Amino acid sequence: MAEQVLTEISVLRTSPLAHLQSALEQGAVQGDRGVSVSEIAFMTQIGLRAEPGTAAHVALAAATGVGLPAAVGQVAGDANGTAVLWSGPDEFLLVAPDGTEFLDDLLSALGQEPGQVVDLSANRTVIELSGPSARAVLEKGCPADLHPRSFTKGTAITTVLGPVPVLLWKSAEDTFRLLPRASFADYTARWLLDAMAEFASAPID
Amino acid sequence: MMLIECPWCGPRNETEYGYGGEAHVAYPADPSALNDNEWAKYLFYRKNPKGLFAERWVHSAGCRRWFNAVRDTVTYEFKAVYKPDEPQPIKTTNAPAQGGTK
Ligand SMILES: [Zn+2]
Repeated sequence: MAEQVLTEISVLRTSPLAHLQSALEQGAVQGDRGVSVSEIAFMTQIGLRAEPGTAAHVALAAATGVGLPAAVGQVAGDANGTAVLWSGPDEFLLVAPDGTEFLDDLLSALGQEPGQVVDLSANRTVIELSGPSARAVLEKGCPADLHPRSFTKGTAITTVLGPVPVLLWKSAEDTFRLLPRASFADYTARWLLDAMAEFASAPID
Repeated sequence: MMLIECPWCGPRNETEYGYGGEAHVAYPADPSALNDNEWAKYLFYRKNPKGLFAERWVHSAGCRRWFNAVRDTVTYEFKAVYKPDEPQPIKTTNAPAQGGTK
């Protein structure tokens, strides 16, 4: 009997919020005060480290195709394709759609220069919170200033939501992406569902 | 809630930060030459002034970088923050030795 060898293993992948998918769908609130939450599973995430002004920084900036962000809050590229988020003065996170092959290009661009290219795709998952009430939901537990005058579309920061460290990224108007570590994803999603619930009722004046 | 200014990220809530104690405690030039008493003083003994104090802080929930701050221990007011390679902008009793920055 010939042994069966599984060559396509991607079907076995389970995302950190797969078990909550129907709860997330049911938690959606429609209307003027609407807000909905979903998981964008399996996004490619690559951690990059290089000191600005070095050859490594120049090489990685070229290899991403969208450069590297220069300061806090900045995102190079855009949310629909490849984006690079600033997470420290010499530390960045590249985020791209599932299946984007980037690692080898970045590794060969870095070469032997001092720096880092590491696949972090399974480290965090991406939760998308969207709708007119999305900011109000986040403001219940995030101490950062999320007012549109300072937190504009295309801004991303490292902060906390409740007790959970997250990358918070305003990927479009009224749309935020939260990137908690995979082990915090369940808690974060349930926290959001709880915070969203009140918006299904009419506001109390 | 109190805002603390990170030199890289700007003003953020105090809950994003960790405290690292007195700044500018120089590592001994020749640690093996120290006796137990001197080593204990290096490890554990810190100033505790009333007034301006140079301290280490870390933006642990943000950029995860260490920096220095001059804080008034009476009012809790942050008078200045500065990166590890920047000179101390306001004098304190625990200023770096010989005008050094570390
Ligand atoms: Zn910071």
